[in-house]
Amino acid sequence: MSRLQPLSKEQNLWTSAPDSSGHFGRFGGRFVPETLMPALEELTEAYYQAISEESFRTRLNLLLSDYAGRETPLYEAKRLSESLGNARIFLKREDLTHTGAHKINNSLGQALLAQWMGKRRIIAETGAGQHGVAAATAAALLGIECVVYMGSVDIERQRLNVLRMKMLGAEVIPVESGSKSLKDAVNAAIRDWVTNVTDTHYIIGSVIGPHPYPMMVRDFQSVIGTETRRQILEKTGRLPDFIVACVGAGSNAMGMFYPFLDDPVELIGVEAAGMGIETGKHAASLCAGKAGVLHGAEMYVLQDDFGQIIEAHSLAAGLDYPGVGPEHCLLRDFNRVKYDCVTDQQAVEAFTNLAIIEGIIPALESSHALAYLHRMISKLTENKIVVVCLSGRGDKDLDHVSAYLESKK
Amino acid sequence: MSSRITTAFETAKQSKRCAFIPFITGGFPDAECFASLLKALDTSGADIIEVGIPFSDPLADGPVIQHSSKLALDMQITPQNILGILKKMKNTIKAPIVVMSYWNPIMQFGLKEFAMALNEAGVSGVIIPDLSPEESATWRECAKSHSVDTIFMVAPTTSHDRIKKIASYSSGFLYLVSMTGVTGANLNMDKKLEAQIQSVKSLTNLPVAVGFGISTPSQAHHLSSYADGIIVGSALVKKTIDAASAEEAVESVTRLSSQIAVALKN
Repeated sequence: MSRLQPLSKEQNLWTSAPDSSGHFGRFGGRFVPETLMPALEELTEAYYQAISEESFRTRLNLLLSDYAGRETPLYEAKRLSESLGNARIFLKREDLTHTGAHKINNSLGQALLAQWMGKRRIIAETGAGQHGVAAATAAALLGIECVVYMGSVDIERQRLNVLRMKMLGAEVIPVESGSKSLKDAVNAAIRDWVTNVTDTHYIIGSVIGPHPYPMMVRDFQSVIGTETRRQILEKTGRLPDFIVACVGAGSNAMGMFYPFLDDPVELIGVEAAGMGIETGKHAASLCAGKAGVLHGAEMYVLQDDFGQIIEAHSLAAGLDYPGVGPEHCLLRDFNRVKYDCVTDQQAVEAFTNLAIIEGIIPALESSHALAYLHRMISKLTENKIVVVCLSGRGDKDLDHVSAYLESKK
Repeated sequence: MSSRITTAFETAKQSKRCAFIPFITGGFPDAECFASLLKALDTSGADIIEVGIPFSDPLADGPVIQHSSKLALDMQITPQNILGILKKMKNTIKAPIVVMSYWNPIMQFGLKEFAMALNEAGVSGVIIPDLSPEESATWRECAKSHSVDTIFMVAPTTSHDRIKKIASYSSGFLYLVSMTGVTGANLNMDKKLEAQIQSVKSLTNLPVAVGFGISTPSQAHHLSSYADGIIVGSALVKKTIDAASAEEAVESVTRLSSQIAVALKN
């Protein structure tokens, strides 16, 4: 948790962002109904205060290690490396955390913060269900009431996670408006928060939303990159050449990239090209979106000429979001991170490939990062070191991938 | 120079009335019926008319306005269409028009272009529920240079100092959100709201209009002793959604708005 402190102003623009008003360059900020503005001020202050207190940090670190199972291994995937061209490929095993994805890092941090602020109720939105499960888990652990909003389409395709949330004592509310997926779940959660703002904390699951969320979620997730940096130095004696992570709204990538921003490491974020960018059925906000405001912050957004938000598409529910964290937008504009995208088909191939070749079933979301390795194959020579963020495990996707493979036969 | 909105509040005040500000969704249920509804509101006692520009993700709105927005968008209604209708009708509607839009459609329209288009359509003011005062500097400049009032909202959660700051950014009137919640939610008519209105009024010289959850003539009547204006949206939009035909929509919207306008006179 070494990066939980705000960074000094002398560092690069991208490492000192956001500014005091929550902007990452032109992106970010606070675009919400007035009812929430005081709550965001309160949250920002509480966050800075909590992380400056040793007791809070100690408690969070203890939960991360003893409860969530950190640190997670950095595993050298030798068979995958050989099959792709003998580079040294390392997988950061966020799939091995309690609840099976990186989402727990943020949920534990924010749930502790909610308790610290005296909130009796937490709400969350979820797409793939991983964040919903993580929030429900943290709420159960701390004895806080938990309500999770989930698009009815996602409820259908992630039934296992719905059962898990219910088992953990959370109430799962189906969202029937709009595209009935993650975007609409966020709208519903924001409406709940506007209504119950005095006693409720909203645990946003990614690096989106109004300030302080993009900063706070990044900070809670940067444990991924901080551990990876130490582990790769221990294992190889040097920094990696490339780090690859999938990007939906972007929390695992932001957490992985952040501690490496000042290092000479090529960072690559991989978005979901869905059925292909040219079909319009994708979720690639950085590759094909336009600057706009969604869910309280300025960011790249999939939208039409009139500013109406377009439904995103990805086979991976966790990437199915028409916007992307404001910090990614800044990093894109500064060319500090390269963003590319892979299709549903390519992700599914990478999914099955990793299962067969390494005995690891990755989340469909993380499979996008793995699929990108095939594209960068020419760069993968023997002396190169590549780290891939394996952000979650794929049990939740088995039904869906099987059905997809069946339909392609 | 006083704006048409300011004048509308003054006129109401002189005749010892609380101003009535009905809201309808732009382009809903269709362009033609929307125009008839505007006309109906204008002749059934509206002092100012608020017109919503539909947005795909209206996060301050409850189910009724969400639904009307979605139906309007399904018919490909655009901000350009709505402003076009308003422009055509600007000499036939007496009440000043205030447009409500979320921020993203305005961003994509272009700030200067939108302010200019509002002015050309004869629109007097704009309410942008997700544009915080902190993010509003550029917009306020554009709006001002095209003589468009920007009406900001204050909420039950807003501190006194913040109310003062927001009032200093606002022109035309100040919009007091009656409760923590979304539009069309159930409103508790309690002493707290009365005190809230009085407190906001003590902090600004602008007229203070109250909205969110006000659906009946008796609620409007009760609040009229405290507020300078009453905004009624979801209840009117619901009449249109429930109507079987355009005629029925105009008829039932006229009935409710007349009842509310009368309630505000007593």
